[in-house]
Amino acid sequence: MTSAATATPAELLAGLAEVLDEVAGTPADKVVPEAAFDKDLDIDSLTMVEVVVACEERFGVRIPDEALEQLTTVGDAVNYIAGAAA
Amino acid sequence: MTALRAAALRGVGAHRPALREDNHAIAERLDSSDEWIQARSGIVTRGVAAPDESVVDMATSAGGKALAAAGIDPADVDLVLLATCSMPGPLPGGAPEVAYRLGASRAGASDVGAACAGFTYGVAFAADSIRAGSADTVLVIGSEKLLPLVDPTDRGTAFLFGDGAGAAVVQVAEQDGIGPVVWAADGAQHDRLTIHGAPPLMAMDGRAIYRWATTALPDLARRACVKAGIEPADLAAFVPHQANLRITESIVKSLKLPSSVVIARDVADSGNTSAASVPLALARLIEQGEVGQGDAVLLFGFGAGLTAAGQVVRCP
Repeated sequence: MTSAATATPAELLAGLAEVLDEVAGTPADKVVPEAAFDKDLDIDSLTMVEVVVACEERFGVRIPDEALEQLTTVGDAVNYIAGAAA
Repeated sequence: MTALRAAALRGVGAHRPALREDNHAIAERLDSSDEWIQARSGIVTRGVAAPDESVVDMATSAGGKALAAAGIDPADVDLVLLATCSMPGPLPGGAPEVAYRLGASRAGASDVGAACAGFTYGVAFAADSIRAGSADTVLVIGSEKLLPLVDPTDRGTAFLFGDGAGAAVVQVAEQDGIGPVVWAADGAQHDRLTIHGAPPLMAMDGRAIYRWATTALPDLARRACVKAGIEPADLAAFVPHQANLRITESIVKSLKLPSSVVIARDVADSGNTSAASVPLALARLIEQGEVGQGDAVLLFGFGAGLTAAGQVVRCP
């Protein structure tokens, strides 16, 4: 498990790419900070819940449903996880 | 006091409304598509109760079929339990009229709340009533007419629900065919799925329920197997509440069920019929010969409240 508190943004991005591959089969090269979950990665709202649950487990952070609304892009998620762990 | 007795499922019956609605008309209203609905829910079509086809009508039909399948005279029924959340009003409950119409003239009758978990709560109440000596024969029914309670333009719920009824007879037996129930409730999330307002309409926080269902329920399902003394992988079939195929697949994955375990996917044909979904799905597996007499089947209801209840039963 990557500890989100000590991980660099690049490490969090790589971890998120692994989660997305595991949950949704998303190719790692598409997981860039600008990529939007719904439009670019074809992640719908229920798959996003699975991604969030997997991220909570992997990074040891809590991402409430209310926060989910603001996580539009991969970069948003990386920043949120970094902030939640800090 | 007498020693505890044993209880088992005897017969199962289903009432599927003759009227059906596929995804196309719904997709048009929602400005979406058949593919969009199927990808989100696995639902292809659903039963729609006719205007004059009530919760009690469907319950009576399914209950009568379950009694016929079990070869039981309605006059021998001691208790009728009706799980429903869609009676036209808070009073009266539907169970007394169902008992009356079936000719279960000696039976006590009561409705069971617990929403989509109502049927599995009912099976537990029935089995324990029999074990305690309060009843010999109990008819447990789940019946729902949900579509009038759904806002046809709500993208979160309009395509999810369907109407129908299912029933099972639980009877005193030589050998226990109903395992101990595992039940749970999370009242902190009471507002996640409600029917309220005038006219009353369904409101659902689908994301929160999906998170709860996919994270909290696998462990409960596993505990129901432990209590029954069976490994999940050794089940003949898994019949979860047919909420959404995505929830079913996620729980199946978490439980690591091998392909030898038959998974009920009646949601594709029936939609989410709340308390009726577990008996409807079980009835379909029996009708299609996918499970046989004596097979171990995990029934697992979950829904508004939030509530959950599951038990391993032997197939009648």
